[in-house]
Amino acid sequence: MNQKQLTQRADRRELVAQLIAATPEALIVTGLGSAAYDVFASGDRDKNYYLWGAMGGATSLGLGLALAQPDKPVLVITGDGEQLMGIGSLATIAAKQPKNLTIVVLDNGHFGETGMQQSHSSLGTDLVAVAKGFGIADAFSVDSTAASAEIAQGVNARQGTRFVQVFIEANEPERALPPRDGPYIKNRFRAALGLKPF
Amino acid sequence: MHPIPKTAPDWQKAVFNVLKAGGVNQIAYVPDAGHSHVIRSAIADPDIIDVVLTTEEEGVAVCSGAWLGGQRAVLLMQSSGVGNCVNMFSLLQAADFPFFTLVTMRGEYAEFNPWQNPMGQATQAALELMGIQVLRVNKPEEVQEIVSAGFDAAFEAGAKVAVLLGQELIGRKKWERN
Repeated sequence: MNQKQLTQRADRRELVAQLIAATPEALIVTGLGSAAYDVFASGDRDKNYYLWGAMGGATSLGLGLALAQPDKPVLVITGDGEQLMGIGSLATIAAKQPKNLTIVVLDNGHFGETGMQQSHSSLGTDLVAVAKGFGIADAFSVDSTAASAEIAQGVNARQGTRFVQVFIEANEPERALPPRDGPYIKNRFRAALGLKPF
Repeated sequence: MHPIPKTAPDWQKAVFNVLKAGGVNQIAYVPDAGHSHVIRSAIADPDIIDVVLTTEEEGVAVCSGAWLGGQRAVLLMQSSGVGNCVNMFSLLQAADFPFFTLVTMRGEYAEFNPWQNPMGQATQAALELMGIQVLRVNKPEEVQEIVSAGFDAAFEAGAKVAVLLGQELIGRKKWERN
């Protein structure tokens, strides 16, 4: 499926809110920008790790976390631009196939944070085909808010690496800014896992 | 599974022994000949996950994610890879993650390939510009102590440390295949 064939798109805030509500055990990593705002807008959680920079690093950070916590579901929620910058990480993830890792790319086909310039995913790149080509067999796209239930089922099941491209409206919901204090969110996250400071 | 050759230099064995004794659970890498023993040993070790990367900056994020989840991870790369990591190093400073990387050097000693020189000669400065402490080893007998010192600073004190493994240590690269 590509952007031009779409007749409907998911509401990003509502889909993310439903997804998080249905995955209470998930360790969530967000890419910077709108994806972080969507996750924070649905309610702050100790087990959320928000990136405010390190563009391209969300899925790799999720991989290290998923390998370290194999018994917990890890959910990366990012945008098309952030994923594209770290696109090779999908090959790295495919090589390890962590069963507890789900990647959700909120794809509006644009760089939303910088003025809505078109991104590659609305200029010809098919991210599902890319993910499959890298070796993530369970890769698919959705275009409805109701698809949150199917995504959540996969997160909770921890039965295999999954890549989900969510076609969303290219709108700009009101910003909801998560904490920017990196050590605070790191220490809070680790404490929620019962990990002690060094 | 690849057998571990008995010919691995003692200094490479010393590197792996430090990582193993330090409880490392993940070793992320872009390969280099100087890391070959550690990579083979990681693949063979059931308690260590080896993560082959497409580019080195992925490893900065993998190591941070591992720490977030309670594990120790290290990044192995060649000096050229340091340049690929520069913006991703922001993650280490912004969230104050411990970080330990081993960097095999090119472009500094009997270098045959001029394309290795620009990044090789900027490697230490690039690391220091991004707030990473640099230690260096040139002699095989120093490897165990210096790698261990850097490792402890990272995981006992939360430091961000790179140990440069000098090109002199690795030796002249053979360009003719035997």
